[in-house]
Amino acid sequence: MHEIAASFPILSILVFFPAAGALLIIFFAKKEQFDLIRWSALGFALAEFALSLYLPFTFDSSNPGMQWVERGAWIERFGMNYILGVDGISLLLVLLTTLVTIICVLASWRDVKDKLKWFMALLLFTETCSLGVFMAMDLFLFYIFWEAVLIPMVFIIGIWGGARKLYSAVKFFVFTFVGSLFMLLGVLVLYFYHGHATGVYTFDVAVLFQNPVAPAVQFWIFMAFFLGFAVKVPMFPVHTWLPDAHTEAPTAGSIILAAVLLKLGSYGFLRFSLPLLPNASVQFAPLMMGISIFAIIYGALVTIAQKDMKKVVAYSSVSHMGFVMLGMFALNIEGIRGGLMQMINHGISTGALFLLVGMIYERTHTRTIGDYTGLFKVMPVFGVFFLITVLSSMGLPSTNGFIGELFILIGAFKAYPLYAVIAVVGVLLGAVYLLWLFQRVFLGDFVYRGKEELKDLKAREIISGGTLMVLIFWIGLCPKPFIRSMEASVNQVVRLVDTNYKKGLALAQASTPAASPSPTDASAAVVPAPGQPARDAAAQQAQAPAAAK
Amino acid sequence: MTIAQGLNINLEAVLPVILTAMLALLVMALDFFVKKDNKAVLGYLSLIGLIIILPIAAVTVSPTAAFGAMVIADGYSAFFNAVFLIAAIFAVVLSLDYMKKIDSERGEYYYIMLFAVIGMMVMASANDLINLYVGLELMSMSFYVLVAMRRGSRGAEGALKYFILGAFSSGILLYGITYAYGFTGTTNLAEIARMGANLSSPNHYLLIAIIMLGAGFAFKIAAFPFHLWSPDAYEGAPTPVTALLSVGSKAAAFAFFLRFFAVSFEAFHPYWVTFLWALSAATMLFGAMVAIQQRNIVRMLAYSSIAHAGIILIGVVVKSGNAAAGIMYYLLVYAFMNTGAFAVVALLARGNGTGEAIADYRGLAARRPVLAFVMALFLLSLAGIPPTGGFTAKFFLLASAIEARYYWLAAIGVISTAISLFFYVKVIFYMYMKEPPEADPSAPVAAEPSALSYNIILLITALSTVALGIYPTPFMDMAIKAVKPLFM
Repeated sequence: MHEIAASFPILSILVFFPAAGALLIIFFAKKEQFDLIRWSALGFALAEFALSLYLPFTFDSSNPGMQWVERGAWIERFGMNYILGVDGISLLLVLLTTLVTIICVLASWRDVKDKLKWFMALLLFTETCSLGVFMAMDLFLFYIFWEAVLIPMVFIIGIWGGARKLYSAVKFFVFTFVGSLFMLLGVLVLYFYHGHATGVYTFDVAVLFQNPVAPAVQFWIFMAFFLGFAVKVPMFPVHTWLPDAHTEAPTAGSIILAAVLLKLGSYGFLRFSLPLLPNASVQFAPLMMGISIFAIIYGALVTIAQKDMKKVVAYSSVSHMGFVMLGMFALNIEGIRGGLMQMINHGISTGALFLLVGMIYERTHTRTIGDYTGLFKVMPVFGVFFLITVLSSMGLPSTNGFIGELFILIGAFKAYPLYAVIAVVGVLLGAVYLLWLFQRVFLGDFVYRGKEELKDLKAREIISGGTLMVLIFWIGLCPKPFIRSMEASVNQVVRLVDTNYKKGLALAQASTPAASPSPTDASAAVVPAPGQPARDAAAQQAQAPAAAK
Repeated sequence: MTIAQGLNINLEAVLPVILTAMLALLVMALDFFVKKDNKAVLGYLSLIGLIIILPIAAVTVSPTAAFGAMVIADGYSAFFNAVFLIAAIFAVVLSLDYMKKIDSERGEYYYIMLFAVIGMMVMASANDLINLYVGLELMSMSFYVLVAMRRGSRGAEGALKYFILGAFSSGILLYGITYAYGFTGTTNLAEIARMGANLSSPNHYLLIAIIMLGAGFAFKIAAFPFHLWSPDAYEGAPTPVTALLSVGSKAAAFAFFLRFFAVSFEAFHPYWVTFLWALSAATMLFGAMVAIQQRNIVRMLAYSSIAHAGIILIGVVVKSGNAAAGIMYYLLVYAFMNTGAFAVVALLARGNGTGEAIADYRGLAARRPVLAFVMALFLLSLAGIPPTGGFTAKFFLLASAIEARYYWLAAIGVISTAISLFFYVKVIFYMYMKEPPEADPSAPVAAEPSALSYNIILLITALSTVALGIYPTPFMDMAIKAVKPLFM
């Protein structure tokens, strides 16, 4: 790994700047000063985005390792460190996060009236925590940010949400928290196994990457990580919080949920599960791809049946994130590249869809399909935006969605041709629900029974929506810079999975002859590296209730 | 060896106890001279005294067994003494206003509270079963009285249940001590350990002793199924007493029994671990599940405290240096976060005993945003969500369990944490996401005039809760250093 240390703590500034802004808003703005709050929140979000632009301009795309790395000891006794770093995998996600926060502030400009001060502050806190997740290169630090991001999000859903906000917020909280707790156990198991095996007790990811644990242990850690990450993605069968949370959240909440929070899960798989647990990942890959395919088809079919526009978008997320996971667990360069690309694309397209649905909801106070048709005639700009987004979401060539899906399908085809074929059906179904949605809402004669006059988009809305439209075409027509930025790091991940897979196999073979239970005293002092595999094999038997000790 | 050498009189080893006892006696003596409506003076006096004793008690002394090895003063007991004193300081400050509010301001209240603290300190430094028993009884007797301080049937019911069950469990514990003495001929922990280690096969009488002492211990920490007294006692007691009871008496019991199980009966680990494993698992799950249905916030916190006892028990089961340090850290954090939560409860409770229903917390965020915020912080910390101290403490304990390969116990701990999320978050949701009850005639503004004491407590507890979560290093180092002599 070629780690480049930071000349100044740009990443720490990036992570904590929004939180500092939020605190300033909390302490210095009065709750009636709506304009001050809005403009200062926008100012902080813009400044943060401007700051984050420092990264792409100084990014070395030929370097697969971490850049702008900051290291500091935190709790030395337990090998916990404060390590931040960004590489080609997280670079675009960081930029996506800072951009989407601006959109969120703009989207809640008029949407949120009640307790605006706290809303904006929580939005900025969410940004801080999400950026922390993308940058943390220490598993403990990662976990702290990972859990902390829940709290502002739960409040956003629970306080400013729709009719069933309490139910949705609790469901969201409980699902994600329970999953994360098991992930914590996985992290701890990994930490101690790595410590036992190498004598180095650390949560530093760069060190953990060097020495994978034995495959038999990886199996359990993978399960634990799966529970944590899959809930956030969300993968089938743990996706059920998503439609509720998305539907009940305020517009900005839905946007940030779709664009950023869902990415945390798939990012976790890519960053941690694959390189740290390569043998288990290979072992689980067919299953994971199978679940993903099921999610693609199932998500699409359920989407078709929805009547609420927000639910349509929410369920389509299940389907789209299925694509992301499908690509990732193809475990080849194309698949992972496509998965990562699709993470960005999904953030943009689905974020845009939620934004647009929010705009129409603000005007009509209904999201039910059929309450209005033929909107194209009265709101042409809005219609064009919606059409572009729909096309991008279904992956039409020349939009961003095409690039991602193409890579994913290539990757999946290389791994399991049959899966790719089935996934194509999912693409078709995507076209069905998206175009049908567009047709039902925008085409035909204009019918609207509500009292409010429907006006086309205002300048603020055009700016926020337009930015995303530009991105859709930019990535769609000229994906080169985006792909190049991630290329080195993606290749590195694939290489790492490969080498660690072999190391894991070697560990497994070495442990087979010595599989007879050797007396393991877990609380004993650290044993140096050689002769470790036997310990791991014996530990497998220690999975039985500890009471047996 | 002469008698004087054998006695090994070392006043330094019991200095904190002596000082606290002097303070208690002083308060007791002054009580006769202070007028009836002026009893708060005694509270201030106790407060100042405790604050002065705190740094003296927290000073780590080199481990010395004094008074014929009855007492041992080491870093371990110093750490616990600090926890007791912190909890007591908070309880006294809370009482200043609260006792006035419930119209039960009395002089004896403060010195009995001090006697309870002395009992805890004796337990933490006890190196002998007799000494343990004396400390335990001193603490328990004081608490029986303190719980009954609230006038009316609730206080009486709680105190009576606590007293009858407590006396019963003390009896069992004492019976266990007789078995230990009967077999080994000594009540000294180190001697018992030596005898136990020399046995080739387990001695049945010692096993009976372990089980009976374990039952007494389970009663004190309110572990399932020995918890029956705790919700009623917690609810009936004045809230500051509840805070002290849940933090202090629990910490004292853990302080002694960690020594007892991990040091004296180390050789019996394979036997008692099964017992404690089941106790821990059942307590965690039971406490978390039953807390969900509670409508009264004090009862909810009582069951939550049961669940916490189960989690802390993980550390006793694991019995490693890291686990013991984890327990100590957990109890330290618990002293802050739990006291903080009870401080909010005490602040919002009204004199007539209402205002403790969870439903009363509806819309608190709109009325008292800062108060709701700190309450949310304490609840999140109790639930174990980063970046709070509750998370870090739980993390250390779970890590020690994983380290020693107690995977199932760790998993149960995680499940219990997940279940407990429901009731903690419920209160937060009530505060933030529900509308306040309409036209509340007796809104708790009555507590405003004396808000300063609450503000100080809430500030200290909230800051500590966060600080212990973000930067645990110095305290964890202290704890690890303190347990080092116990676990070689």
